[in-house]
Amino acid sequence: MMNNVVEVKNLTKSYGKVTAVNNVTFSLEPNKIYGLLGRNGAGKTTIMHMITAQLFATSGELKVFGEAPYENERVLSQVCFIKESLKYPDNYMVKDVLELSASLFPNWDKEYANALVQDFQLPLKRRMKKLSRGMHSSVGIIVGLASRAPLTIFDEPYLGLDAVARAMFYDRLIEDYSEYPRTIVLSTHLIDEVSRMLEHIIVIDGGKILINEDADELRGAAYSVAGTANAVESFIAGKKVISREPFGGLLTAGVFERLTETDRKRLESLGLQTAAISLQQLIVQLTNKKLETKGGSRP
Amino acid sequence: MTLIIDDSRPIFVQIAERIEDDIIQGRLPEETQVPSKNEFASFYQINPATAAKGVNLLVDEGILYKKRGIGMFVATGARAVLVEKRKEQFFEQYVVTMLREAEKLGISADQLSDMIRRGDAK
Repeated sequence: MMNNVVEVKNLTKSYGKVTAVNNVTFSLEPNKIYGLLGRNGAGKTTIMHMITAQLFATSGELKVFGEAPYENERVLSQVCFIKESLKYPDNYMVKDVLELSASLFPNWDKEYANALVQDFQLPLKRRMKKLSRGMHSSVGIIVGLASRAPLTIFDEPYLGLDAVARAMFYDRLIEDYSEYPRTIVLSTHLIDEVSRMLEHIIVIDGGKILINEDADELRGAAYSVAGTANAVESFIAGKKVISREPFGGLLTAGVFERLTETDRKRLESLGLQTAAISLQQLIVQLTNKKLETKGGSRP
Repeated sequence: MTLIIDDSRPIFVQIAERIEDDIIQGRLPEETQVPSKNEFASFYQINPATAAKGVNLLVDEGILYKKRGIGMFVATGARAVLVEKRKEQFFEQYVVTMLREAEKLGISADQLSDMIRRGDAK
């Protein structure tokens, strides 16, 4: 077996009749940045909770650094999980959180943490519960970066952070990752902001894996066609159609295939327009099935 | 030089194209050092592995070469090779498309060459 950081096989998590994660299989390789994407409620957070041993799986196999993660200090000291709702004891100040983190993570870089505190302008002696939402998120980001854990997971870590602070996070992340490569998982719905940093993308939809692919392979992997409804319908017949947007007698359709030379000629003879679909649009269209059928059923 | 990354085309291809542009326009003269993958990564805020893939594409084509322990350099003769390659692409991308559109509009070859001359004089 390869030395994958995470190895998940047929993983399932059910709550009574509800299956939050349904027979999921994937692996995370060392030193890559992964995007774990999908709509709210798709099962992303449940998967991350199982990987970080905060939740038992109903069935399936799960290995982190080659071992079962539950109550496994050897594994868990190598994992840093930052989520939006991290809670700390009431009397903790920012500096207490940093000191605690220093004791938890073997690779903790104190100087780097202090530099980040300056960057994000955090008051070290303020109590955590008195921090604004954005400042609270900044603490999480600093812990996530300065821990330099071999597996670092950020689950929507920027609640309340403005665009400037988010840009700073991305900037520091790329910089530090370049110097200290490790496996990073970014779970987010802000796909357009993070997509260029990702090497590999896993899209979860309805508890299942919809896409597990190199990010650059997905760019240019789909296109949209627009024109009169009849012409578009005849062109997309037999193709992998992922979206339909009727507008009067016109139709715009998304096709999840690469455009061939033959396609190009047909588009031209049918008088149809075409444009490449961005990575973000592709994921939106793929995970938007319910809305699409609703829209499509309109006369 | 544009800083905008297009999310509908592979980023490693865009990085390779930008290095090519810099070589063609003389911003990266032959035998000078190319920025490192980490420099590209932090400049464009992209994944360093993606940047490395773009650079390696040009290494495979002999446009860049590696000096051990130092970094990537522009090969001698790279500019001429790229200009030839771009001329071929220019024909496909612009000339063929232009002729097709001209035909649609009923523009004759003479009228077209007049237009080109007029454009050139500006």
